[in-house]
Amino acid sequence: MTAWLQRLGRRGIGFFERLGRGHLFLLRVLAALPAALARPRLLVAQLHAVGVRTLLIIGVSGLFVGMVLGLQGYNTLVDFGAEESLGVVVALSLVRELGPVVSALLFAGRAGSALTAEIGLMKATEQLSGMEMMAVDPLERVVAPRFVAGLVAMPLLAAIFSVVGVYGGWFVGVGLLGVDDGAFWSQMQAQVDLHDDVYNGVVKSLVFGFVASWIALFEGYDAVPTSEGVGRATTRTVVHTALAVLGLDFVLTALMFE
Amino acid sequence: MVQTRTVEIAVGAFVAAGLGALFVLAMKVSSIGALDVADGYELVARFDNVGGLKVRAPVTVGGVKVGRVVAIDYDMDRYEAVVHMRIDRRYDRFPADTSASILTAGLLGEQYVGLEPGGEERYLGDGDEIRLTQSALVLEKIIGQFLYSKAAGGGAK
Repeated sequence: MTAWLQRLGRRGIGFFERLGRGHLFLLRVLAALPAALARPRLLVAQLHAVGVRTLLIIGVSGLFVGMVLGLQGYNTLVDFGAEESLGVVVALSLVRELGPVVSALLFAGRAGSALTAEIGLMKATEQLSGMEMMAVDPLERVVAPRFVAGLVAMPLLAAIFSVVGVYGGWFVGVGLLGVDDGAFWSQMQAQVDLHDDVYNGVVKSLVFGFVASWIALFEGYDAVPTSEGVGRATTRTVVHTALAVLGLDFVLTALMFE
Repeated sequence: MVQTRTVEIAVGAFVAAGLGALFVLAMKVSSIGALDVADGYELVARFDNVGGLKVRAPVTVGGVKVGRVVAIDYDMDRYEAVVHMRIDRRYDRFPADTSASILTAGLLGEQYVGLEPGGEERYLGDGDEIRLTQSALVLEKIIGQFLYSKAAGGGAK
């Protein structure tokens, strides 16, 4: 009984310790941001790793998600004779929800896991300690540029996802199923609001970018410096980011579209 | 050196594509240019019942969108709903006896305000009230009346 209580207590303390370390880590990263922004070259290299390399999966997924939306939406709407609203259905679901959320999930799988593994291995091979010995702050040099890159790349990726998806839905709806081209776009433009829908989607993806980069970098920085530890940290990154993104999405949606 | 160059070009293309996508979302998917009445004047109309009219609903004349509903209040003194509309400056010469009615787009579509110009010489200006109004048709009431008259007709037979 006591042993069980003790284990529970240890778990609890461990959880809160990690939570605290995570927030302290975030504060230190934020404090290191000005120094990172002073070196745009590091930022460009990270934007390439985080953004450009994720572009292909984002584009292909966006296209297929949009095409599926077009197909499913058409099948439902045609029963009501409202297939002209297909553009609205496709655009609203992409801009409000699927664009930010799915690209954040893909980002976690493609870029977040790579960030964790990279930083975890740097720690395991003592490169981070080596940097500190040379009086180079690894937070400024390694972590902060990656954080900024994630924050910048996420809204851009989500926007690309949404646009590719809208054209995917357009291709299926207008190109294959014969929805009227003019009605598709005009209904979409009449119903999608720049502020309510597009801006809020961008805000969502900024929040997701922030959270996904934070989790990925912290897991890497906090990983047990063994091959097993890095492996577990990478798994945790993907799982925790997915949970955080989906949970936050609910909260943000409740706040934005009440 | 060549490698940094390709990396930089790729990043530049990525950022440009992302910003371009945001631009497409703003211009093509939503409609930033399609009549957001910033420069306009306000008209007020009182209705017994606004039905399902919403803020931001369109205001039309002869089917052409000329403005938007900006606010809907309820006047506790006169027990009437007050609808504030913002009309585009380009359409600034509605006669003073213009009438307003709340109409429905299609059978179950969204509701909007339809203006019908009158014949008077004076024009409505900023803040003026439209006196002739017709309330929204509430479907339940119509069905209720229909059933009632049906029942009454059946009883007389």
